[in-house]
Amino acid sequence: MNKTANYGLFIDFGSTFTKLVLIDFHAERIVSRTQSPSTVDTDIMVGLNNALGQLRESQGEELTFRHKLACSSAAGGLRMVTIGLVPELTVEAGKRAALGAGAKVVGVYSYQLTKKELQDLESIAPDIILLAGGTDGGDRETILKNATSLSHCNLHCPIVVAGNKVASDDIQGILDSGKKEYVITDNVLPEIGVLKVDEVRSIIREVFINRIIESKGLKNAEQFVDGILMPTPTAVLTAARLLSQGTNKEEGLGELVIVDIGGATTDVHSIGWGKPTESGVVQKGLPEPFVKRTVEGDLGMRYNASSILQAVGEDHFRRELGNSELNVEKQVDQLSHFTDRLPESSTEWRLDAELARTAVRLAMERHAGSIEPTYGPQGQILIQYGKDLKGIRTVIGTGGPLVFSPAPENILEALVFSESNPFSLKPRAPSFYLDQEYLLYAIGLMSEIEPEKALRVAKKHLRKI
Amino acid sequence: MEQKTVILGVLGVDAHVVGNKIMEYALRKEGFKVVNLGVFVTQEEFIKAAIETNADAILVGTLCGHGELDCRGFRDSCIEAGKGDIHLVVGGNLVVGKQDWEEVEQKFKQMEFNRVYPPGVSPKVVAEDLKMDLGIKDHE
Repeated sequence: MNKTANYGLFIDFGSTFTKLVLIDFHAERIVSRTQSPSTVDTDIMVGLNNALGQLRESQGEELTFRHKLACSSAAGGLRMVTIGLVPELTVEAGKRAALGAGAKVVGVYSYQLTKKELQDLESIAPDIILLAGGTDGGDRETILKNATSLSHCNLHCPIVVAGNKVASDDIQGILDSGKKEYVITDNVLPEIGVLKVDEVRSIIREVFINRIIESKGLKNAEQFVDGILMPTPTAVLTAARLLSQGTNKEEGLGELVIVDIGGATTDVHSIGWGKPTESGVVQKGLPEPFVKRTVEGDLGMRYNASSILQAVGEDHFRRELGNSELNVEKQVDQLSHFTDRLPESSTEWRLDAELARTAVRLAMERHAGSIEPTYGPQGQILIQYGKDLKGIRTVIGTGGPLVFSPAPENILEALVFSESNPFSLKPRAPSFYLDQEYLLYAIGLMSEIEPEKALRVAKKHLRKI
Repeated sequence: MEQKTVILGVLGVDAHVVGNKIMEYALRKEGFKVVNLGVFVTQEEFIKAAIETNADAILVGTLCGHGELDCRGFRDSCIEAGKGDIHLVVGGNLVVGKQDWEEVEQKFKQMEFNRVYPPGVSPKVVAEDLKMDLGIKDHE
């Protein structure tokens, strides 16, 4: 039998590169991986064919594929705007649902939309709008007003309605009259204290498959592959969930965190409930989703290197790099202009490492929950907001700055719990793994067909550091 | 009868949860939709929950004796948030020590709480008053 008949091809149509991973389903291992610049502006197939050519060359034989599955973050990713009522409640719930669906949240609006905000919204031109507002049986006025505004605006993107169910019949009428495409689904916040994001996530994924792929110029590619199943961040989240929970036959790694450092953002994913790990702590705030993703748009190693610098100041870098003369600002400025630049001198390597450490530390601090001590007549009371991740035993790092670093463990150590900031509930003593072959998206895709094999491939190829 | 929504919670740095649970039970039994925010609730959290749920009343419990400080400006914050005419109720150990109840009640009425209850009030009384104040008629 032709051995390549057991091969599965997994493609990530990224904004910069089209990446391929070839996995042998029988031997449960990675055979090869290649990448070529994405060509989404012209014909997405050009970049894909280049990468495929490299793959064939590396294998020296004609390849046949048992499966061809893809994910995409090309053409800006899945750009979503979320609209809700109160910022801490339905607005935050909607934002979490969108992030959990792998979207890039490009706008967040609360209360009734103003004309100015509608104009902003039109110029943002998102791929999907998530319209929330009101608990079930709660406020109707705001979501109805916002639906009316959207029905009159110049946008034609699909609207996912996930607000007060009592308003849904009226919303249907309003959006029909505006000839808008929409889906009405479960409320993201049916009651105060109840977050319901799973249904919204799966609706967003359906809309992505049915509508967005075509509008992103990926239709040609869709004919080549079996399916473009999800946005790339969703594939990574799917892998995270599989790695954590395992399957009936193959045990997972337990609760975990994945950190993805990129040129423009640093993403953190956590799988776990994050309940208080110490007694006497009261948890408050919006409930946390079991699968949580946060995206730090100001913490990127290239496009946003200067905002990392601003967050901690030049002195921090001089001190950490042991060079009081260094013009950090100038160096960082160059990085944000020449975004494909790799470090050369030892100072540049160390600067890159410190940027990565800072990005990882801040992204983890924002993702993890915190403790706020307050004092009352009964003494000190500890109130927890967000997830307590102190007990997390597994942290997986991915992204160029980690993969190419000579000492990725030094970068990841920056996210560990520190006595100097004891109220930030970061992992206390995790083991670190490196996704050195940029594999996670492929594992997420593969888990859709063969979850056990996908999990075993991941376990085999993630490197403990 | 149209179900009325009430926000319930214990205001401030105050962990007294027992009365809160009893009140929740009693109000539910009387047909109210109860959104219980539990303990350690701030004024802002009460008001934000009232906006999102389009609540008819806010029932503030305060047991630790700091009520006078913690409740100050509650009505003004409601007005600012567009919920100026919401029915405000407060009850519990509102002040420290033994003070004249009429004076205490007056203080909280001046803060524009619609109803002020002393310690040990029966939840039944609170529910009956609430029905009357919100214009609910028991169907007979």
